[in-house]
Amino acid sequence: MARAVTTQHKTIATVAAWIVALLIFFPILYTIITSFKSEQEAIQGFALIPSGTTESYSEVQAQSGYFKFFLNSVILSVGSTVLALIIAVPAAWSMAFSPTKRTKDILMWMLSTKMMPAVAVLFPIYLIFRDTGLLDSRIGLTVMLMLINLPIVVWMLYTYFREIPVEILEAARMDGASLWNEIIYVLTPMAVPGIASTMLLNIILAWNEAFWTIRLTTTEAAPLTAFISSFSSPQGLFWAKLSAASTLAIAPILIMGWFSQKQLVRGLTFGAVK
Amino acid sequence: MKLRTLTLGLLSASALAFAAHAESITIATVNNGDMVRMQKLTDDFTKANPDIQLNWVTLEENVLRERVTTDIATKGGQYDVLTIGTYEVPIWAKQSWLLPLEKLGDDYDVKDIIPAIAGGLSVDGKLYAAPFYGESSFVMYRKDLMEKAGLKMPDAPTWDFIKEAADKMTDRANGVNGICLRGKAGWGENMAFLTAMSNSFGARWFDENWKPQFDQPEWKNTLQFYVDLMKADGPEGASSNGFNENLALFQQGKCGMWIDATVAASFVSDPKASQVADKVGYALAPDKGLGKRGNWLWAWSLAIPAGTKKADAAEKFVSWATSKHYLELVAAKEGWANVPPGTRTSLYNNPEYQKAAPFAKMTLDSINAADPTHPTVKPVPYVGVQFVAIPEFQGLGTTVGQLFSAALAGQSSVDDALKQAQDAATAAMTEGGYLK
Repeated sequence: MARAVTTQHKTIATVAAWIVALLIFFPILYTIITSFKSEQEAIQGFALIPSGTTESYSEVQAQSGYFKFFLNSVILSVGSTVLALIIAVPAAWSMAFSPTKRTKDILMWMLSTKMMPAVAVLFPIYLIFRDTGLLDSRIGLTVMLMLINLPIVVWMLYTYFREIPVEILEAARMDGASLWNEIIYVLTPMAVPGIASTMLLNIILAWNEAFWTIRLTTTEAAPLTAFISSFSSPQGLFWAKLSAASTLAIAPILIMGWFSQKQLVRGLTFGAVK
Repeated sequence: MKLRTLTLGLLSASALAFAAHAESITIATVNNGDMVRMQKLTDDFTKANPDIQLNWVTLEENVLRERVTTDIATKGGQYDVLTIGTYEVPIWAKQSWLLPLEKLGDDYDVKDIIPAIAGGLSVDGKLYAAPFYGESSFVMYRKDLMEKAGLKMPDAPTWDFIKEAADKMTDRANGVNGICLRGKAGWGENMAFLTAMSNSFGARWFDENWKPQFDQPEWKNTLQFYVDLMKADGPEGASSNGFNENLALFQQGKCGMWIDATVAASFVSDPKASQVADKVGYALAPDKGLGKRGNWLWAWSLAIPAGTKKADAAEKFVSWATSKHYLELVAAKEGWANVPPGTRTSLYNNPEYQKAAPFAKMTLDSINAADPTHPTVKPVPYVGVQFVAIPEFQGLGTTVGQLFSAALAGQSSVDDALKQAQDAATAAMTEGGYLK
C-alpha cells in the first residue's frame, strides 16, 4: 500500500515537473517556431505548426551578419569568466579557510553591489570608459562583465570551498605541502565540480547580459544582445525576423546548457540542503 | 626583375596607406523598412566616396534614444550620424549638441523639403537635421465595410462622423471592431495620438504661462469621447495596443477604421502582408470644426552630433541619404511605392509616384495640415504637434499616458485620470522651474 502511494506521488510529481518545465520553456519554444514562419504567418495569431520557411534566417544573416556578433559574445563571456575566476578563487579560498571577524560583512558588502540598479552608474561608467578609450572595446567590456558577475562568483566558490573539510588541507600541510601546492594539488581537484558549475553559470550570465553590452558598444565589440536588439521595430511587423535573430542568439548557450545540465543543477543546488 | 618587385612593393604599400586613410563613419539608426533598404543601397554612396566607410548600428527606438542621449551628453563621440525624431531636434539644437547642416551641396535643393517638416527641424532659421522620411497621421478605413454600413467617408471627416461610422461598422459577432486606436501607455504611443486628437478638440497641454490644462473642459471632452468610442467600438484589450498591435488587427480585417501614422498605408495596402490590401481607403484625420485636425507630424531625420571628428564625411552621407538622387535610386531599384515618403515636395509632383502610391496625396495633405509652431486652437508656449518639445516631456508624457491608459482599461474614471494628470504635470512643471 505504502509502495503504491509512493509511486502515485512520484507520477504526480513528475507530471507536475513536466508541466512547469514546459510552461517555462514555452516562450522559447514559440520563438523557435515563429522563426520558421513567414512574416504574414507570424501575425496570423496562435499556431504551433510553422510552414518551415527559412527566409527569415537568410534575411537576418544578409542584414547584419551573425558571425561577428557571435564571436564577440564568445570572447566576452569566456574572457570575463576566466578573469573572474582568477580573482575569485584566491578570494573565496581565503574567506573559506582563514575567515576573520569581518569575512561575513565583506561577503554581504560584495553582494550588496548587485542590489543597485545598473542604470544608476551608467553615466560614471560611461565617462570612465570614454576617458580611457574603452568605449566599444572588447577589453573594456570583458572587465565590466567580470566586475558585475564577480560577487556571484565569489559567493558560489565560497560555498563550495566551505564544503571541503579543513582537515584535508591541514593533513597536506603536515606533509610539507607549500601554499601553492596545497591549492593546485589538494584544493583544486576537490573543487573542480564547484568551479566548473560556477564557470558555466557565469558564462550564461555574461552571454545574456543586455544592459552594459548594448550601452557600451557600437560596432566593434557588439555581441549577440545588440544583434537581437537591432531587429526590434516600433513601426512594422518583423516578428519572424526578430524570432530568427533571437533563436540564433540563444542557440549556442542553449546547447551548451543542455550538455552541461548535470553540472549546472549540481552547482545550483550544492549546499542548498544541509 | 628587382625593379618590378620594388614597384609592386611600393604600389601595395601605397594601397595600404590609402586604405588606412579611409575614414569610417558610424551611423546610429532604427530598424524600419526604409532604413533597412538604405543600408542595402549604400554601394551607390561608397562608389562615389571610396574614402568613406560606413558602419551601422541598428537599435530599438527607445534603446537608441537612450544610447544616443548618453553619448551626446557625455560627448562620447561614438557616432557620426544620428537618426533622431522631430521631438529631439529643437531641444538638442538649443543645447548645441548638433551641428547645423550648412554644407549639403549645391544640388541639394533645401527649399524642396516640405515646409512643415523643415520647420520642425530648424532652430533660428538653421536646419539641424535632414529628414529621411516624414509622416503625419490619417484615417485608414475599409471601403467595403463603409459601403455595407450605408455611409460614405468624406475626405475630411468630423469626429462625430467617425463615431457614427464606428458604431455602424462594429460587428463583434464577426470579429469586426468599428475602430482601432492606440491605447498602450507612452509619450510616443497613446499620447502621440491623444495629444494630436486633443488639438482638434481645442485642448492644449499648457497655457501661455506653462500652467497645465488638464482641468479644462476641452481635455475632459477629448478623453471622454476617446474612452466612450473605444468602449463601444474598440477591440478587446485596447489599452495595450500600440502601432504594431493595431497594424496586425487591421491587416487581419478586424478593424473598420484605424487612425495612425501615414507610413502604415504602405503596410496595409501591401497584398503580401495584408488580407484587406485592396479594400483600404484614406481620409484626413478628423476635426471638431475648430480649425485644427487631429493629425500629428513626425520625421525620422539624420543629424550630426557636435562631438564628431568626421563632420565633413558625415555631412556628405546625410546629403546623399536625403537627396533627390536617393529617391530616384530607390525608385530604380525597388519601385516608386518603396521610396521614403514625406520629405520632398518634388516627389509628390511626380506622376509616377502618384500612380504607384494611391495614398500619396492624402499623406501630403495630412503633413501640410499640421503646424508644429502653431499646433493648437488656443496659443501655447511650446513647439510640437503630438508632443511638447521640452526635455521634461518624455517622463511627464509617459506618466500621463499611463493614467489615460488606465482610464481606457476601466481601472480609473476619466475625471480621476485627468485630476492625477493635472497634479503630475503641475509637479513636473514646478520642479522644472517653468512654474513659480
